[in-house]
Amino acid sequence: MTTFPERLKSLHSTPERVAVTLQFSNTDDLPITVDQLLRGASPYAGALAKAGIQPGEVVVLILQHSEVLLYAFWGAILHGAIPSIMPFLTEKLSPERYRADLSALISVTQPAAIITYPEFESEVRSALQEGDSVRQVIITNQVETSTELDFDSLLGFQRKPEDIVLLQHSSGTTGLQKGVALSHQAVFNQLNAYGKALTLNENDVIVSWLPLYHDMGLIAGFLTPILLGVHLVLMSPFDWVRAPYKLMQSVSKYRGTLSWLPNFAYNFCAQKIRDRHLEGVDLSTWRAVINCSEPVRWESHQAFYEKFKPYGLKLETLQVSYAMAENVFSVTQSSLGSIPAVVELDRETFMSERVAKSPVDGRPAMKMMSSGRPLENVKVKIVDANGNAVADRVIGEVAIQSDCMLTSYYHRDDLTQKAFVDGWYLTGDYGFMVDGEVFVSGRKKDMIIVGGKNVYPQDLESLTYEVPGVHAGRSVAFGMFDEEQGTEDVVIIAEVNSEDPAEQQKVADAIRLHVTKNSAIALRYVKVVDSKWILKTSSGKTARSANKEKFLAELTRS
Amino acid sequence: MTETISSLATFIASKILKQPNRAITADESLISSGLIDSFSLMDLALYVEDTFGVRIEDTELNADTFDNLTQLASLIESRKA
Repeated sequence: MTTFPERLKSLHSTPERVAVTLQFSNTDDLPITVDQLLRGASPYAGALAKAGIQPGEVVVLILQHSEVLLYAFWGAILHGAIPSIMPFLTEKLSPERYRADLSALISVTQPAAIITYPEFESEVRSALQEGDSVRQVIITNQVETSTELDFDSLLGFQRKPEDIVLLQHSSGTTGLQKGVALSHQAVFNQLNAYGKALTLNENDVIVSWLPLYHDMGLIAGFLTPILLGVHLVLMSPFDWVRAPYKLMQSVSKYRGTLSWLPNFAYNFCAQKIRDRHLEGVDLSTWRAVINCSEPVRWESHQAFYEKFKPYGLKLETLQVSYAMAENVFSVTQSSLGSIPAVVELDRETFMSERVAKSPVDGRPAMKMMSSGRPLENVKVKIVDANGNAVADRVIGEVAIQSDCMLTSYYHRDDLTQKAFVDGWYLTGDYGFMVDGEVFVSGRKKDMIIVGGKNVYPQDLESLTYEVPGVHAGRSVAFGMFDEEQGTEDVVIIAEVNSEDPAEQQKVADAIRLHVTKNSAIALRYVKVVDSKWILKTSSGKTARSANKEKFLAELTRS
Repeated sequence: MTETISSLATFIASKILKQPNRAITADESLISSGLIDSFSLMDLALYVEDTFGVRIEDTELNADTFDNLTQLASLIESRKA
């Protein structure tokens, strides 16, 4: 077994190999060799040492898509510190909320240092409090650009495989309270098993636009290629969302072989890329595009395939994985080179009896796509409410066991203990199995997944209560699947006292703005209603599913 | 110009905000206020191209290029010419 620093050192045996090519919207692509990566990273290790940061302490990185983000991350690793990448403040987010989220993260995670840009220093300092854990704010322009590479002086080489190597935080207020702590060993166990499932080899080229503060971006689109010696072509999510065709152009230019996308991106690319941006594009080298991190839709694969078939895309390139940060990343993977299994089900028994039966003639059927089979180091079982395994085709909670599980939710032993029952990690996802294939069908918790980002309805509802005119307990948030977009849309319904349409419009606008500025999502559907619209349970709690049904019924009637 | 603004306003209210009755004033900020998110900016650019035959490049999809309907309509008019 090895550690990240040991692996980096062995990769340095081919110093001139290009490890990463960074892409930007306005400047030329920037190839970074293994040697440059390590020489760029080592000054960050030095800066952390000089600042008195000890190996094993957490360092939060608040940096955008850049060379510096790469160097700071691997510098922290070489020093033996535990890096955690925090999303950068965007135009849409309110700075006050960002500061509050950062303070919340600091209070739970207790980082010893934060690394950021000079322009952002005052923002970071304003989130710090007297007596908190942060001893140093390291400013990127004060770190040397390159130093001699002296492996012997780097403290990261004293780390053991079972030590924590990094933390992953998911987005959203609730997510920030839970840093997923992973060990060197867990990450390598995942990479070895996953690499095998993907038949990953030195000729592969991974092309990614995914943000590094999510597991899909961090593991599949960053650590996998770098630690396994595969060329990574990396662009910024902010550039991609404005120019999704750049993914195809990059695959064509660098002869990309693998990419990961959340389901909505298949629809987004199929609908929004103009043919003129695809002139001369050749996608025939792409051997797997893996759908992951939100419910997978067969229809989305079809749309994507039809759009890009003329450019050499093969149907068997479209693949599926079921993944989560707690298992480092992938739990299951469809078999590369063949088309993921799709089952047809009787809709009614699926909904009412929670069984995935074959369709009955004359009754509505539905198609579900498999997420593939468990990796060789992962066991999956489907359990009922008492934790007992259920038969094939019966829906239950997905439970997993593997040698690549999280060490803990960092500083949250309460949550870590609750997550495991008899040595099995309960995922909170519902699903069923058919002949060893895992189908994920829903979620136990009221979590909403919008474009691959997880948000909690209770967080969104709390935000609406901060809007003047909306009273606590009088709004409800839920997700509604949007067929065209291939992902969920968030709906918020809020009661106000006024029946004046102009006043209601004002409150609706204020809610939309406030939620958009203070959460990871952009809110589209806001409905302001008269008092007594929202259905409550007998105990006075808001019944989200009942309110969703009422909203959908009104929507179809209108 | 007025027609351009009203056509844009209708598109944004019905397709992006999903509130067809929502009035959008000519000087209301769209991007910096968070009314239009980055995913919807693409939709707006495609609509402008299909309706007015004017291209807005992806690097221009930000509040510095246009942030309200008056600015967007002027951009469209200037490129039509």
